[in-house]
Amino acid sequence: MIDYNLCTGCRLCEIACTLKHEGLIWPDASRIKVFEPYPGVPVPQVCVQCPDYPCVASCPTKALKVSDVSGAVLVDSALCTLCGNCVKACPGGIPRIVKGFSYVIICDLCGGDPACVKECSRVGYNALKLIKKPSSTTIKLYAKPPEVIAEDLKERVLGGE
Amino acid sequence: MSYFGLTGNLLDVDLSTGKTSVSKVHRITYRMFLGGRGLATYILWRELGRKWRQVDPLSPENLLIVMTGPLTGYYPGIKLVVSGKSPQSNGVVGSAISTDVAYALKSAGYDGLIVRGASKDPVYIYVEDDKVEVRDAGRLWGLKGSEFLEALRKDLGRDLPSLYIGPAGENLVRTSVVMSRWFHAAGYGGYGAVMGSKKLKAIVVKGSGPLPKVANPEEFLKLRYEVLDKVSQRKTFRQWGTTAGLWSTGHDTSSEPIKNWIEEWHDNTEFSHVVMERKYWVKNPWADWGCPLACMKVSKVSIDGKTYYTDGPDYEMGAYLGSNLGVFKVEEATALSSLADELGLCGIQTGNALGFALELYERGYLSREDLGYELSWGDFKCLSRLLEDVAFRRGFGAVLAEGTYRAALKIAELKKVGVDELLQYAVQVKGVGVGAHGIRSRKDYPQPIAYAASVQGGDHTSVAGLPANSEESEAWAVLIDSGVVCMFTAIDDTTMIKYLNAVTGWNLSKEEFYGVIAPRILSLQRILLLLGGSDVVWDPRKHDDNPPRFYEPLPSGPYKGAKGDSEEVKSKLKEYYLSLGWDELGIPTEETLKKLGLYDAVEVVRNLRKELTT
Ligand code: SF4
Repeated sequence: MIDYNLCTGCRLCEIACTLKHEGLIWPDASRIKVFEPYPGVPVPQVCVQCPDYPCVASCPTKALKVSDVSGAVLVDSALCTLCGNCVKACPGGIPRIVKGFSYVIICDLCGGDPACVKECSRVGYNALKLIKKPSSTTIKLYAKPPEVIAEDLKERVLGGE
Repeated sequence: MSYFGLTGNLLDVDLSTGKTSVSKVHRITYRMFLGGRGLATYILWRELGRKWRQVDPLSPENLLIVMTGPLTGYYPGIKLVVSGKSPQSNGVVGSAISTDVAYALKSAGYDGLIVRGASKDPVYIYVEDDKVEVRDAGRLWGLKGSEFLEALRKDLGRDLPSLYIGPAGENLVRTSVVMSRWFHAAGYGGYGAVMGSKKLKAIVVKGSGPLPKVANPEEFLKLRYEVLDKVSQRKTFRQWGTTAGLWSTGHDTSSEPIKNWIEEWHDNTEFSHVVMERKYWVKNPWADWGCPLACMKVSKVSIDGKTYYTDGPDYEMGAYLGSNLGVFKVEEATALSSLADELGLCGIQTGNALGFALELYERGYLSREDLGYELSWGDFKCLSRLLEDVAFRRGFGAVLAEGTYRAALKIAELKKVGVDELLQYAVQVKGVGVGAHGIRSRKDYPQPIAYAASVQGGDHTSVAGLPANSEESEAWAVLIDSGVVCMFTAIDDTTMIKYLNAVTGWNLSKEEFYGVIAPRILSLQRILLLLGGSDVVWDPRKHDDNPPRFYEPLPSGPYKGAKGDSEEVKSKLKEYYLSLGWDELGIPTEETLKKLGLYDAVEVVRNLRKELTT
């Protein structure tokens, strides 16, 4: 779960994500992405595991499957052809196609103990929380393109004249 | 062997020809100059050193250098150094800015970027990994900060890391800055004008690769979490940022500029961070890339139906555009900071020049006829108008656009009064307005020689001090700015050097840093500063000193009567120079140069000394 109000836009979550997955600091390859279309209005975005998993259904090569442990979407790197169907199927456009990867990148919840959440709490920002089996309404609220979320937030944070 | 923590590549863009190329920097060069400020100084010395005095900082000959360091991206917090021959000091200033351009450059495969020549028409540089383009910026030219960001976002379809200038830089205002992310600036040095002189509106960088591998991943992670944990405990700093200084630097330490430094103490509880927090912060805390501290805030104020956004305002901006101009309403100081951000003006340098003008006006050197309107302390309307006049070089604004020192020279000429008479009221050192931390009360961090001996003049982020081999000296700023990290997330020299070694695989020791590397970088900066030109040349016997105001007693507050002691300054200068291997004029001795491996500077220094002693 993401608290947009608490997010500072520090991107420590992105750094923690790629240190964990690639052993490198690689902002572009992070599974959680923080967008900031308007300065002062950061929008973290990450897979929230929709109950109906439209991405999994959209994959023609069956490269995506749901983990029974964490509920995360797992990518079979050998099967993924980077066709981009899942990106289109996702209501937030969240799966990422990144230079240097032959398969799509989706949050795997680090097997149930996500590094981004730990990092964000460790420094005391607490903008991210892990919630087991969220209700479908929670999910619908987050699975939106970052631009849309940013528009809403901008109105509230920065407001008009 | 690879370059751990570094890409080893510099991108070179010649705006006169439109040609771009990539050059390698030798590993030994990094080991000698670290990166950032150190490496930029070395490049400037190598390329322009021979003809330094003839190079006009605002001519195509000057270089604009944008540099990361070996710690950039790895050490929590992010900074980038902007440099070149400074149109303020005529030396080299390593001007640090918080910007995501820093990690993006490394992700794109470069440690830095050198821009040379000048374009005929407005352009911006677009870097996307190995694709580098010089793009037309016709429709971006003339835009203010927020307008520019909006236009760029629409153009590119998304937000990308960028450095840019406002109208002030375009109009070659010497107190202009290089901006990023709405409110961030590389202030000291005046590099906005250098970009403007090259007709370069912006530098936009998209990097998609990883940061280079580090030499010792285990040690790196250990240190990384050590620093993250320590820095994230700086809770009051997170809550209030530097805005707290608006109150504490004046009230507690009597070192805040008030009315062109006539005073340094105030007891005005309305002029404080707490008022900002209660009434005007719409986002707090706000952080830069990789930062566990988050000292920034977004403020929003409305005055006469107009809305203004800025950060805190941070202490320097708030003090210089607030108390220094007699403005004690936080919303007005915030609005003036916001205007400065939009225009691409340095709040410190411009606030310093405006304070100078206000005092001259009060003393009768300037009049309504010169300005076209009345000037008075704390008058928001005339001050915001004057800020605009400076940015667009309109009317008397064109004089102040030269910065305090050069404005004094011009006004002396115009009014037929002695230069030294006017310079009494100029609170600057070597063309650089002094940062918002006074030395008279001795309760703040700068020492009596902080500015007098600094190779970056009045820069409060690069202050000199004793002992020379400690965090008290300018060597500490060299470490931070060459590393390149943020001074607010820095812990101490031991941690920093360990961190450097973990990332790069070097075996740097504290002794080597303080004994050889810092003196090497400082010596080169000092030589270039003394070479100066093309318009002004500094004489250490005269200009290695505090502004005259710092020798006047403080008129109020708990430290009333405190003032600088010029005998003490003289003897401390000597001691400081000696410990760096410099002579009594602050010129590096031949022996020192040889020890530091700067053989090619021997001849230049011999001539400098001859010039100053005959
Ligand atoms: S680590 Fe937390 S505060 Fe920082 S960008 Fe990520 S979600 Fe936001």
